[in-house]
Amino acid sequence: MSADVAHRLRRGGDPRAGAERSAAVRARIVLALGPASAAAGVAWALAQPWRLTLLHPGGQGFWWLVAEPPLYVVVVGVLFRLLLAPGIVADLLGPGGPEP
Amino acid sequence: MILAGVQPAAEMVHWWFATGFLVLGLLLLSEVVVGEEVWALRPWRRYLWPGFAFGMGVLMFPVMTFFTSSTIHMVAHGSWAQVMMLAGAAELGLARGKLHSQYWRLCSALALAVSGAAFLVHEQNHWLFSRAAFLHHLLGWTVLTCALFPLVRAFRPRSLPASLGFAATFVLIAVLLYCDRDTAAIFGHLDFYAGVPHR
Repeated sequence: MSADVAHRLRRGGDPRAGAERSAAVRARIVLALGPASAAAGVAWALAQPWRLTLLHPGGQGFWWLVAEPPLYVVVVGVLFRLLLAPGIVADLLGPGGPEP
Repeated sequence: MILAGVQPAAEMVHWWFATGFLVLGLLLLSEVVVGEEVWALRPWRRYLWPGFAFGMGVLMFPVMTFFTSSTIHMVAHGSWAQVMMLAGAAELGLARGKLHSQYWRLCSALALAVSGAAFLVHEQNHWLFSRAAFLHHLLGWTVLTCALFPLVRAFRPRSLPASLGFAATFVLIAVLLYCDRDTAAIFGHLDFYAGVPHR
């Protein structure tokens, strides 16, 4: 058995495979950030529905109908997932990604 | 004031800035997760969070102008605007390559330290006066303490805990700002002079 292979086996595997696994885990984290934020917004809306004045619009002025903080959290999460996360993950897993 | 009828409530402005801080937090978190090299593969992405921070600093000036209930409020919001713009501009300079020294990152530490101090100084009421007062005290001490993260980052740019802590700081600020209400109880306490709560 080659000494290189023996050392790799003792260290727990091919460093390239380890880097790929690490990149895959990091990609999942980045992809999860947006949905996690959106889920937090939905949970907040369910826990405090009165913070969404759109659900009870009677007697509310313009600003109170614009200010919907749980929806802001959902929108930020969705936009991050749709607009930013795919590019970040493509760069992470692509040829320009981290070397082992 | 003639604008009083058309301008939004102060708590709404807190929520809008909370949204900005949430965006900053997500950007910084994802940069920490993938690493600076991957993050910088698309040049525009390097300018994203510094530009956003700079823009939030610019937007703090209208807050200073239209939500000035006292001199100390004006000084606090004005200093926030300036240090946020300074931190954003320094990070933009580093991202563009116009600035080279890593110690320019101390501007972010200064921004957090000044922001924390401004929170504490401009909150005139005690902790349990109302939720807003409580959150201002809590935000002040939190932000002041978290200034340590960019401080460490300036001297150890590769420190994962410092970068993670810096990113988490903005998410935490966002959560606390979202909790803000102009008039609401905190742990069952609401001072008689605080006013009548909105739903």
